[in-house]
Amino acid sequence: MDILKPADTPLLGIPAPVIALCVLVLAAIFFSYVMYKRIDLMRKAAPDPRFSNIPARVWRALLYGFGQWRQPRYLGAGILHILLFAGFMILSLRSLTLIGRGFSSTFHLPFLTGPIGFAYESLKDYTVLVVLIVCVIAILRRAIFHPSRYQHPGVPGHEYEAYVILGLVAALMVTDMVHDGSLFKLESVPGAYHWFPAAAFASLFMPSHDSSVLNALHVGGYWAHILVFFGLLNYLPISKHFHVITAIPNVYFSNLNRGAIKPVRYGVEDWMTLDQCGVSDLTSFTWKHILDFYSCADCGRCTDNCPANAVGRTLSPKMISVKARDYAYENYPIFGKAHSGGSENKKLVGDIITESEIWACTTCGACEAECPIFIEYIDKIVDMRRYLIDRGEIPQSLQKPLQQIKKKGNAYGAMKSKRAAWAKGLEDAEVRILSEGESCDLLFFVDSCGSFDPRIQEISKSFAKIMSRNNLDFAILGQDENDSGNEVRRLGEEGLFEQVSAKNIEAFKSRNFNEIVSFDPHALNAIRNDYPETFPVIHSSQLISRLLNRKTMSLNRDWVGDRVVTYHDPCYLGRHNGVYDEPRDVLKSIPGIKYKEMERSFSRSFCCSGGGLLLWYENEDEKERMGEVRVRMAAEVGAQVIVTACPFCLINLEDAIKTTGNEGKIEVIDLIELVDRSMS
Amino acid sequence: MNIIVCMKWIPDTSEADLTVAAGAKDIKKDDLDHDINDWDRFAVEEAVQIKEKVGGKVTVVCVAPEDSEETLRECLARGADEAFQVWSDEMEGGDGYCTASILAKFIKNRDFDLVLTGTLAEDDGAGQVGGMLAAMLDIPSSTLVSKIEIHDKKASFLRELEGGLYESVETDIPCLISVATGLNEPRFVSIRAVRKVASIDIPNMGIEELGMDAGQVGQAGARLVMEEVSLPPEGEGAEIIAGKPEESAARLAEILKEKGALG
Ligand code: SF4
Ligand code: SF4
Repeated sequence: MDILKPADTPLLGIPAPVIALCVLVLAAIFFSYVMYKRIDLMRKAAPDPRFSNIPARVWRALLYGFGQWRQPRYLGAGILHILLFAGFMILSLRSLTLIGRGFSSTFHLPFLTGPIGFAYESLKDYTVLVVLIVCVIAILRRAIFHPSRYQHPGVPGHEYEAYVILGLVAALMVTDMVHDGSLFKLESVPGAYHWFPAAAFASLFMPSHDSSVLNALHVGGYWAHILVFFGLLNYLPISKHFHVITAIPNVYFSNLNRGAIKPVRYGVEDWMTLDQCGVSDLTSFTWKHILDFYSCADCGRCTDNCPANAVGRTLSPKMISVKARDYAYENYPIFGKAHSGGSENKKLVGDIITESEIWACTTCGACEAECPIFIEYIDKIVDMRRYLIDRGEIPQSLQKPLQQIKKKGNAYGAMKSKRAAWAKGLEDAEVRILSEGESCDLLFFVDSCGSFDPRIQEISKSFAKIMSRNNLDFAILGQDENDSGNEVRRLGEEGLFEQVSAKNIEAFKSRNFNEIVSFDPHALNAIRNDYPETFPVIHSSQLISRLLNRKTMSLNRDWVGDRVVTYHDPCYLGRHNGVYDEPRDVLKSIPGIKYKEMERSFSRSFCCSGGGLLLWYENEDEKERMGEVRVRMAAEVGAQVIVTACPFCLINLEDAIKTTGNEGKIEVIDLIELVDRSMS
Repeated sequence: MNIIVCMKWIPDTSEADLTVAAGAKDIKKDDLDHDINDWDRFAVEEAVQIKEKVGGKVTVVCVAPEDSEETLRECLARGADEAFQVWSDEMEGGDGYCTASILAKFIKNRDFDLVLTGTLAEDDGAGQVGGMLAAMLDIPSSTLVSKIEIHDKKASFLRELEGGLYESVETDIPCLISVATGLNEPRFVSIRAVRKVASIDIPNMGIEELGMDAGQVGQAGARLVMEEVSLPPEGEGAEIIAGKPEESAARLAEILKEKGALG
């Protein structure tokens, strides 16, 4: 039978290559224009130096972008996505080939000829079938199960987008199948269905011997495919599915400084002299943060893991991206003038993203650890807080503790002179206060909670005792220590952070030591990741693990006994500093310990509601305390002892034990106290 | 609308171990941090909010030694336009009457529509200055005000009474209003906000500039004589109620009844 090739078949008397050229040029012009508009907003945004450390970035893009490494954290959806993504990769060559076939019926990509070309054609056909099946499953999954993480509370009109995209992708596959299925039938090579299952499958639905119909399907399928392809391409940058284009660049440019907060504005010597501090509108975000907004795929994994969201606070990280993107599309439209002030005078920060959302975040990092494409929230939230603080707007409950830090170096309002009072007259430890010019091996950074909170002083004492028992040469700063500033910075009071950190840095530099050690992960994080100068600093659990490895110390089961023990990963130790193993190693060194992991552990740990100044923060929206949710998770695995390695986790969880009626059933203890009670 | 806010600079005794100074006329203050009287914080905020609404100028004045400058600067950071620190060594040891006289002298020569103070000071809780100052200035005054509205030449305000009652009052201006805490949400003062007002001069005025003589201020001018400051006698210690929650609750109820706290 004669086979009509699309390139050789004029439409309405117009030669096919002319039409192909028109479609290509029009689509390319529109696409470039839209992309230009989108990039234009990024160009107006604040600077962000994301161009260094190329090897690490390439590796990230390979592993998490092309490798889709984070996708299987949600197994079902992850597998579907990996299949779709792989399909896209494979079929991109097919799309190029088909575009070329509009100009010449023999067009093929240079390397896709002969047997390789045949193998590719076959692979492509299998892929088309798989992608079509995935689309159908994905559509059914959404329509039938309505997974809650796909919802857009308060911002209607987004759910349909997923159907449009899935529908377009499915249409792309179907048109390909029509185009190839008709050819399959026309050529009718016996046994070829092994190689071309999609084409073979499509051909089943076609009339058997009417070559004019088959040729019409072949040519029609082709043009339908081309139109759907360019339609989809141009729909992406105006929909949530922009991520198809931006996700990999977004991963490439993702934040490599784990645990740190960005400066107020990059490239500015003295931010204090800026007209505005922090972020109030789109263009005061950095260009990367705008790219984040474009890239969010609305998958809802961040919100699904957000503890603030889980207890009923108004915060949903995903909705920050969705609302900001809507705002960007509305105020920087494709056609017409941008109105940078925002429509109807609705301000991005305050009206669209509300203060209650902005203050609800504990900066736990669960959202960022989960996002498959590394979208950031903490820096954005801190930047918005900086703006609010600059206007004097901060929840009343946080004002007093901040003022106390400013005046006395601690949020407790205690007198500086009493900072080392806990260390006086201890029975089994001698705590030296290191004066200027003196030396020690380990500088024990106690931080405010360990110095002033009576419950946490117990950990300070235990730690001093352990170090004394092991004959370590340690000392504290005493009066010269100031609050580490970890939460001060994260609440957006950058000036105060600079003040306290400068005092600590001065104190460090005027003394000699080999390492700083702290049992407070918040202090560890600030010193390691936020301070402008570098000091070697470790967490107490790392020190203990070291002592156990050196065999200078061992632990027994006297205190733990037969109880089931679980470990709660503190956000600032685990997610923000990657210390997951040492605390577990310490626990597992206890002979015969009954250890059980909670379902949410390691990088999926559930925040207990935040440390430092957040102890003072009162949220009116939450229905229960995060600590209570966490205690229930421990109860679920039958834990009788919850070990943590952060003083604030201890306070929050101990409270929650009482309010959930688990007193006497579950006990919370800091790792250091447990070691103190289990030393042989 | 020109508003003058009188601010008191007081020692922060919340977490300190208080000791009585030699001579037993005062507590030892050397080690204590000082800050704005919390009631006055609301007064400053209210003044700034009124200015933001109707325009005008906010002046803050504080009768206290030089070290109070930092606190006055924070008032500028809150939005006040000018701040004055009033002090001479002779002012040491004065009472509320002296303070009111000094403030009256300061205010009299100025153009003002409204004087705001806190109703009380956290340190001595005397609550004298507002009323006396109004009398000296010969203007109407009110205390414990929880909402203020200014229109034309009148000020109307709400007073919060016992039992949740509100009293709504109106007066001509100029007037003096002593505010209650909680009538607004005072803004936060960041380090940068203070830095921004670093170059504003905070003039210092003494008895000479005010045209007063030493006999009118300090101990010489005081009408109340401080006899002695003392710490309360140590109590007998707390009773810790041990036992199961139900038992200890029952015991607690018993004690409360015994002492007449429960009917
Ligand atoms: S950092 Fe934690 S609390 Fe904040 S938005 Fe992310 S998950 Fe939620
Ligand atoms: S931020 Fe990331 S995890 Fe959250 S919805 Fe967007 S793509 Fe998904």
